[in-house]
Amino acid sequence: MSRQSVAKAHQKIQELSWEPAYHEPVSQYGTDYSFQKAQKKDPLKQVLRSYFPMQEEKDHRVYGAADGAIRGNMFRQVQERWLEWQKLFLSIIPLPEISAARAMPLLFRTVPNPELHNGQAIQMIDEVRHSTIQQNLKRLYMNNYIDPAGFNSSLRNFQNDYCGTIGRQFAEGFITGDAITAASIYLTIVAETAFTNTLFVAMPAEAAANGDYLLPTVFHSVQSDESRHISNGYATLLMALSDEGNHQLLARDLRYAWWNNHRVVDAAIGTFIEYGTKDRRKDRESYAEMWRRWIYDDYYRSYLVPLEKYGLEIPHDLIEESWNQIWNKGYVHEVAQFFATGWLANYWRIDPMTDKDFEWFEFKYPGWYEKYGKWWENYNRLSMPNGHKPIVFEDVDYEYPHRCWTCMVPCLVREDMVMAKVDGQWRTYCHEMCKWTDETAFRPTYQGRQTPNMGQLIGHREWETLYHGWNWADVVSDMGFVRDDGKTMVAQPHLDLNPDKMWTLDHLRRCPPLQSPNVLLNEMSDDERTAFAARYVRGGPAGRAPADG
Amino acid sequence: MTATQDSPQVRSVPQPVFTDAEAGAKVFPDSTERHFNYYTPQKRKQSHYEDVTVEVQPDPRHYLSQGWLYGFSDGRGGYPLDWTVLKAWGSDRPEPARGPGTGGKGYDWPATGWHEFRDPNEEWEMTLYRYNSNVVRQVTQNVEAARQSKAFEQWNRNWIRFIEHHVGAWMHVDHGLGLYLFANANRRAPTNMHNNAISVNSMHRIRAAQDLALYNLTLSEELPDFDGSAHLETWNSDPAWQGVRDLAERLTAIDDWCEAIFAANVVFEPLVGELFRSQLVQQASPGNGDFVTPTVVGAAEYDFAERDLRYTRAMFELLTADKEFADHNKAIMQDWLSDWTTRAIEAARTMQPLWSQPDSKPPRFEDGLDRAKSRFSGIVIGLGLEEPKELAQ
Ligand SMILES: [Fe+2]
Ligand SMILES: [Fe+2]
Repeated sequence: MSRQSVAKAHQKIQELSWEPAYHEPVSQYGTDYSFQKAQKKDPLKQVLRSYFPMQEEKDHRVYGAADGAIRGNMFRQVQERWLEWQKLFLSIIPLPEISAARAMPLLFRTVPNPELHNGQAIQMIDEVRHSTIQQNLKRLYMNNYIDPAGFNSSLRNFQNDYCGTIGRQFAEGFITGDAITAASIYLTIVAETAFTNTLFVAMPAEAAANGDYLLPTVFHSVQSDESRHISNGYATLLMALSDEGNHQLLARDLRYAWWNNHRVVDAAIGTFIEYGTKDRRKDRESYAEMWRRWIYDDYYRSYLVPLEKYGLEIPHDLIEESWNQIWNKGYVHEVAQFFATGWLANYWRIDPMTDKDFEWFEFKYPGWYEKYGKWWENYNRLSMPNGHKPIVFEDVDYEYPHRCWTCMVPCLVREDMVMAKVDGQWRTYCHEMCKWTDETAFRPTYQGRQTPNMGQLIGHREWETLYHGWNWADVVSDMGFVRDDGKTMVAQPHLDLNPDKMWTLDHLRRCPPLQSPNVLLNEMSDDERTAFAARYVRGGPAGRAPADG
Repeated sequence: MTATQDSPQVRSVPQPVFTDAEAGAKVFPDSTERHFNYYTPQKRKQSHYEDVTVEVQPDPRHYLSQGWLYGFSDGRGGYPLDWTVLKAWGSDRPEPARGPGTGGKGYDWPATGWHEFRDPNEEWEMTLYRYNSNVVRQVTQNVEAARQSKAFEQWNRNWIRFIEHHVGAWMHVDHGLGLYLFANANRRAPTNMHNNAISVNSMHRIRAAQDLALYNLTLSEELPDFDGSAHLETWNSDPAWQGVRDLAERLTAIDDWCEAIFAANVVFEPLVGELFRSQLVQQASPGNGDFVTPTVVGAAEYDFAERDLRYTRAMFELLTADKEFADHNKAIMQDWLSDWTTRAIEAARTMQPLWSQPDSKPPRFEDGLDRAKSRFSGIVIGLGLEEPKELAQ
């Protein structure tokens, strides 16, 4: 902007907001929080006259890089191990992005400060940007990467598949339930402020190390909008804190949002970064090291803790517990192993780990080999079809886990599994916190207080239920994860594209039927169920049966 | 100690590796399947716009096998179809039931007529930033050129008053509808195609509001007796504006998202918005020596006439021609037309005193209103609806 300074222009556009004199705008979303109407400052200080050209300029760089990548034959140097995981990631992420756009109106009536609404509208259109620019990146991968399978069916896949469903929480949590819980605490205070660093900064660095410099270009461009959104969230949080009546709800929502983000984002991004890379330099940061830096130091120590003096009750115990899960309980390794166990239900290929990978894991996570090494050797051994079945049906000392009703990631750290009968159904949870989320947080009362606006966990949350009793060939066809010859699977437990080495529906036809752990759990007698739980928590690590049987 | 030239730092960087992971390097099942296979394009070929838009927002009626996962306190999640009373074919079929052993298949894509909507403007991030950047650059340049040539100094007193009060007051209409009607509605529609088009519409309105506000700021700096805050008092208490204000507020109070878009873009904009911009401001400016205001107001006029009305037409034409619910939809839209036309004509007539304020008068109010009405009729008939009798008021 030339003559008028941005500050002056911004001052001027404050004159735009007005209070209704004749009719109140429609109120469609509720909250149990209360806000005082007070003069506030627009935290964004963004004027569209400079905003649009700024974004257009960023676009020029992104699309310029995209052209360059194609002209420069970037895909001759891209690691397939890495790009295969993008079939999962990029199938999910455009929905959370667009859901963030859709979430903004939840705040219009519930946070009665028109000064904030300008920033929320800009965030809305930023998110439209993020969603479509990511779709565009995926389209480019589909067109230029060796194996388009899984990219070409992307937005059908993520709606059908259990991994996509796990990821969808990171979208639906923004747009439903109590408006402040959803669009402010879960979306901006936790998802954006804490976890976008790992998504959009740590992950791109790993992409670059695997020969893909387009993903960093797109995601850094996305991340450059994120600081604005963080300011939106911060302004709302401070307002919420100024009313003591909100403190109890803030504490509840931070606990729920933190734990859910940890369960979902660490599972996915942790797996991509640790198991999707070929870069095994010892001095490259592990996911645990990145987590310590971006999430523990930058978010927890520098952002959250200073808010304690304003009365924010910080879930110190859960932050430490998340670290404990990542560092001591192998959370990311357990998840990656599960994804690979269940490769046949996926729509991407998972490369076996090699000695070089083992060495790196052992260096970064001492004791890794003793827990996971044997299993990955078996995975490698069983990767090409050769008369045997997929690894999940073979005897490799791995017990198929029960699923967590809340976060929908399986109960992989076996000792933490808890069980409860909720809404008339026996459910398993991966951790006490996920049980609390279902039993206590997402309910119309909380600690004796009425919370009529709190949302509900809904849906058919255990994927296996849908296919209980089905033959696996029919399961995979039903989901549509089959290539154009009508029989070769999209998913493969290796990267060899020689058609003779690829698994087909015929291989699956000979496998035992799929059994839903939750259906079986509910068919058990009380005694059987008690015995089941007592045995389950003695299992692991790495999915092993209890040592004493 | 500092590093010397003979002890170079060894930098740890990932080494590029030749992988040959390029399209076409091998032949195998799916190796040539390079298009999104989960939707049917509107035309013969899948467009870039469709590829980045269709199916991002799921629908449990076709692919979403486990259903929505998070709901409001009443247990409803996602984007309920009954957030509007209009219906597209397939709307009344129940969501596929799921349970042990049901599998995950829903109805064949698209499952409902809602998914057949495509924004004819094909807006996605690349197009929306290009378009709006061009607009703000053009507007800024026009105003800047006028400033340098001292064009504002030729304005007479009455025209200055007209601009500061009345052109200024319109910014509040744009801002209020941009946020509380359009941005609000981007959470409400059942497909990503609808919601993206609506969010782009929202940004047009908010940008147009800011264009007017910043133009107003320039004028306060350039003209010593220009009152940059007069628009507030006009909006708050000038009787000629209270009809428009009442109506704008009433529009933001609509719960049904289709009714909101319909009332705003099919009724309010042609009968009030275009009446004000095209029949008053654009017509009166030249006679009063003003060649700049029409370029600022013209940008908003172009947004509406060439972009926002275009997607609105496509959206509602699909519903009035729906193979299952055309009559249902037309009956409801006809009622909406009656209600909102009455209100819009009333608001338009309340503005009539504005026509006599400039020294050099625009064409008569009644002539302008007639022109607005006939444009409105054309839009309504084009949608397959009837001109409402309330138009005669
Ligand atoms: Fe985003
Ligand atoms: Fe869980």
